Order: sequence, then C-alpha cells, then structure tokens
Amino acid sequence: MISRREFLQASVAASALYGASGVGNWSRLAAQQALTQDQLLQFDAFGNVTLIHITDIHAQLKPIWFREPEINIGVGDVKGIPPHITGMDFIKEFNLQPGSAEAYALTHEDFIALGKTYGKMGGMDRVATVVKSIRAERPEAIILDGGDTWHGSMTSLLTKGQDVVNVMNKLGVEAMTSHWEWTLGTERVKEIVDALPFPFLGQNIFDAEWDEPAFEPYTWFERGGAKIAVIGQAFPYMPIANPGWMFPEYSFGIRDERMQEMVEEVRAAGADLVVVLSHNGFDVDRKMASRVKGIDVILTGHTHDAIPEPVLVGETILIASGSHGKYVSRVDLDVRDGKMMGFRHKLIPIFADVITPDAEMAALIDAERAPFKDQLEEVIGKTESLLYRRGNFNGTWDDLICDAMLSERDAEIAMSPGVRWGASVMPGENITREDIHNATSMTYPNCYRTEMTGEFLNVVLEDVADNLFNTDPYYQQGGDMVRVGGLGYSIDVSKPIGSRISNMTLLKTGEAIDPARTYIVAGWASVNEGTEGPPIWDVVEDHIRKIGTVKLDPNTSVDVTGV
Amino acid sequence: MNFSRREALALALGSVAAAAIPSLALASVDEAVAAFTGGAEVGTGPGVTLTAPEIAENGNTVPVSVDAPDAVAILVLAAGNPTPAVATFKFGELAGAHMASTRIRLSQTQDVIAIAQLADGSFVRASSEVKVTIGGCGG
Repeated sequence: MISRREFLQASVAASALYGASGVGNWSRLAAQQALTQDQLLQFDAFGNVTLIHITDIHAQLKPIWFREPEINIGVGDVKGIPPHITGMDFIKEFNLQPGSAEAYALTHEDFIALGKTYGKMGGMDRVATVVKSIRAERPEAIILDGGDTWHGSMTSLLTKGQDVVNVMNKLGVEAMTSHWEWTLGTERVKEIVDALPFPFLGQNIFDAEWDEPAFEPYTWFERGGAKIAVIGQAFPYMPIANPGWMFPEYSFGIRDERMQEMVEEVRAAGADLVVVLSHNGFDVDRKMASRVKGIDVILTGHTHDAIPEPVLVGETILIASGSHGKYVSRVDLDVRDGKMMGFRHKLIPIFADVITPDAEMAALIDAERAPFKDQLEEVIGKTESLLYRRGNFNGTWDDLICDAMLSERDAEIAMSPGVRWGASVMPGENITREDIHNATSMTYPNCYRTEMTGEFLNVVLEDVADNLFNTDPYYQQGGDMVRVGGLGYSIDVSKPIGSRISNMTLLKTGEAIDPARTYIVAGWASVNEGTEGPPIWDVVEDHIRKIGTVKLDPNTSVDVTGV
Repeated sequence: MNFSRREALALALGSVAAAAIPSLALASVDEAVAAFTGGAEVGTGPGVTLTAPEIAENGNTVPVSVDAPDAVAILVLAAGNPTPAVATFKFGELAGAHMASTRIRLSQTQDVIAIAQLADGSFVRASSEVKVTIGGCGG
C-alpha cells in the first residue's frame, strides 16, 4: 500500500513527466506560436476539490507589463532553491524553452523582445474568464484571495479601495487575508470588511491592547463531499513595515503556536482538508510548514513569487501564484477519508492577448475607471528605457524616482522603499499618470527632505539588509533592499547585521561617506506619522515633465558579494 | 501565546507573585542566572515555553509570556538591556496555571531568556531572539 508521502512524491514526479503540474502542456505549443485560451486553461480535472488562488494583484484591474526579478538572492537554507533562482537558472530548473511564452512570463530574460511577441499579462476581466471556465467544470471550486488587493493603483487610492472590492466581489472571492489593505486605516478597513460577502481572515491579527484575537481565524467550506477549513494568515510585520499609526488597534506577528492550535481545532472539528491562505512570504511559509503540523496546502503570498510547481515541505504543498494578476493557480485535490491523497496543479498565466475578457467584468472595470479616465490617461512624458522595479537591489523605476527626488527636492542622497509592487513600462511607450501611480500609489506618499548623518545612513542600510538577508526567514519582512540615489555601497549578503555594508560613497564627489557628516536626504513612504512633503507622484511627474524623455544609464552603484 | 483577558485576570487573581528584581543587585546576565540557580546546571528542554515576537512591533512595549507547568519560579531576563533583569514569577501551591505574561522594553535586538525552577529543584532554560528594527520597507 502506498503511503501518503509516497503518493505525493509520485504525484510530483508524474507531474514533471506528464505536465500535470505547472506549465508543461502549453510550453511546446507556445513555441509553435499556437498559444490559445483552451490550451492555457487545459487541465484534466482531478480528485474532488478545486482551489483557485489569486494573490497580490495590487489593484491592477487592467493588463500590465511586469518584468520578473533578475536578482532574488536566497541565504542560509534557501540559497539557490525556488523561489531564489532567476533567469536562465529558472528556465533550466523547470525545463522551460528559452524564448517561450512561459520563459517570458516567469523570468526577466529577453523581456523587451518577448513582450512584443507575447504581449501584456493580467487584467481582472481575463482572470474572470479563467475563473468562470474553471467553475463551469468545477462549480464548487473555492476562490481565495491572498491579500494586497485593495492597494496599488491610482483608482484604488482615489476610491479608497472600493473599485477593487467591487471587482473582487463580482469575481466571487470566498475568503481573503490582508497586508496593504491596512494602509487604508482601521476605520476604512472595518467599513469595507463589514460589507464584504466573505470573511476577512487572520488568525494572527490581535487586539493590541488586550492581546486577544480580533478577526476570524478560519472559515469552513463543504465542497466535493469534503469538509475544508481555510485558515487566514495576515502579513506578520504590519506595524513594522507599514505605518502602525494607521491601525494602532491591532498587533500581528507570525504566531505559529496559535496556527498549530487552529489546525488542531479544525482537525478536531472534522476538517478533511486544512488550507492556509497566507501573506507570510514564501520563505516564512516554508519555515512555518516545517514547524506547524497538519496543514495540507499553503497558498502563499507577499513575496510575489511565481513557481510553476508546488514546493513540498513534509506533507504540505506550497503554492506560489505570483502577483499583479499575472497568474491564477488552480489546485485540484483528492480528499478522502479525512486526508489529502494527491494533487494536480497548474499556474495559469494570464496572457491578456490570448484570453478573452469576460464582458461583464470588463464593463465593470471600465465603469470604475470612467470618473478618472482623463486623469489616468494623461501623458506626462516618454521613456526610451524599460521601467521596472523588481530585483533585490535596484530597478529602473526607482532609479527614475530617486533622480526625481535628487533634482526636485535638491538633495544629496535619495531613498526609495524596496517594495515589490509596480508594473513595468516598455521602451518607446508614453508614461501616463497612471503608470507613475502604479509605481508609487499609497496612503503615506509624502516626499520628505531631511538631514541624516553618515552613521545613520549606514544603520538604515544595515537594518533593511537584515530584513532581507537574515538567514532565519522569521526575521525577514519580505521586501527588497531600500533603493538609493546619489549613494553607492558594497554589500556582502553572507555577513550578519552590522557588517554587510561597506564602501558607502557619495556619488556626486566620489568621496567616502563620513559617519559624522550630515547629508541632505530625500525619501518617501516613511512610516512615521506627520511626515511632510509633496506626494511622491507629483515629484516624479514634475521631473518627467522637465526631462521629457526618460533615458536611464545602467545602475552600477551597488556592489554585491557573498552570493 | 493565546490566553484570553479573562484567563489573564484569573491568573492574576491566582497565586502568582511577580517581584521585580532590584536592578542594582544584578549587573549582568550571568550574575542574575547564578543568583537564581545558585550555580546549579541549567538544562534546555520542554519544561519551559517562552513566547515572544520574532520582531518587536514596538520596542518600548514587547509582550512576552512564560509557561512552565512544573515550575515553582520563572526568571525572565532581557540579555541586551542595560539592566537585564525583568522579573521573577513565583508560583505557590495554589497556583492554577504556572504561566505569566508581561510587556517589557527592549533597547535593541537581543535575546530574551526564561529560566524555570522546577518542583524537583532542576532548572530549564528557553530563549528567543527579539529583533528591534527601524522597519519601513514592506513589500
């Protein structure tokens, strides 16, 4: 008799051979230029339960360009394993064809050229088509949203998230968890949650004063004859990574002891399948899966990784569904006798030119955008360079934003937060106001101008680097390195906090940063209450209007070692 | 950690005696441990559970809790604070639960240490690193 563990392993092996998981089936077809909607959606239904996972859409309702990272370093136990592989290494790891549709979707390789062939990705109207198609085959499929949903676009900012809420309600989401949602502030979050037709889950959201659970930890589904518990896990470092003063009533944290209690509680109540809908970030989830026993599936989020095959930790499968609406994961499960016996998985890429938009959803999205259309579409300038953000150290979007701050705020050094959201703009395209907002939209956008000593700048870089390169994932917050303008430095990612950063240089003069000297620094997205300055999108807009056409030189200001 | 306000109040009404250690008496972690154990060997093991956040949301008020069902006393130390001593919780015979929670200030990233004296006179130790960060760059 085959054990569950052997079954899972056999299932993964089979998926690699027969393309039952990941992207296998359409890769060859794509290479033959025969990509069709039917092929993208092709899936041999399996078992009795279907999960549909979408996460980190960052309010992107329309198709976008999104370049995946070139640099995504893993440290400690996760060095060189997914999701910490990029480019050609990623293509080799998952047996993709260079230049194929999936290589374009999943890596940065040849992004500009392949973009011309394969087009934009995402769009919630296309996602709606995929969801409807899966539901036509599996009417009981459960639709789960991993959070970072209500934030990230100009329209979501102007409507305080309402445009996305309306779209996700129409999509038929049945449970969600949260992160940037909280940057709308407690009052607005509560207002939205009170009207949601589904639960807003977070076993790790506590009342800050009394240290008591503040939101529903889990919800139940009875589907395909199985009793399914979905436990929510909100972003653990909410008040540290984002402004805690906007939601002072709540405390977060990983709280894996309570996660274990919740798993035991739902098992005792008869759960046949335990799913965690998480916004921990992939490495935190991987560690949590090794510590908390009894979870069948973790639907991961936060770190924006798209991995074409499930990652197994013990008997738990981890699903990574990317970001910005680029992908939807379908996970079919065979759940019998209180156990998950096997799975079949596909990371469905949303090629906007291949998947027909759902007409009703397209109409809703256009209606949500209509009041702001002129503002959104106003052309501010043009770019000759690809504008992208993702990567551990820098991206051209932040190079441009830092240039704007140095120039418009008359600063020596500029700092831009290492967030992982933000759509790309292709060379030769116009830059619209919406494009700028896609890279900057937030509720604490003030671009400050202040003085910092060289010593403090070093502390900032060391502190942020430790949030990224601490070898214990539980001490990582899941962002990328703070981006800097006017400042160069070396970083040895293998060192501990306090000794990673060296050779800090003021680029304007080539002189070493003096720990005792004071520098004029401009930055944005401060978590401190009362930060003053114009919104960052105005600073960027003013700068682009002045230069007309954006052309960026390669950024060589960060020297990385210890990889 | 998961105990409700009601349980916490019940706990407080039980027989937990929390005594702040005079700060002048104990200058270092080693001295504090030695004073508590009388120099006895301290084991590591399942006898004591220390719950603290991995990263402090606010270094000025960090919730920590200790739970050691067989303990007669639990010493809590913040190893990196200018004054490491936090508290010693003593549990009498009528104590319903041998657990306690409090909030402490942490000056910097450091280990929080709990040492429990068990009923058989042995000592067990648990520690947890709590990171105090300036934060601000969540993805």
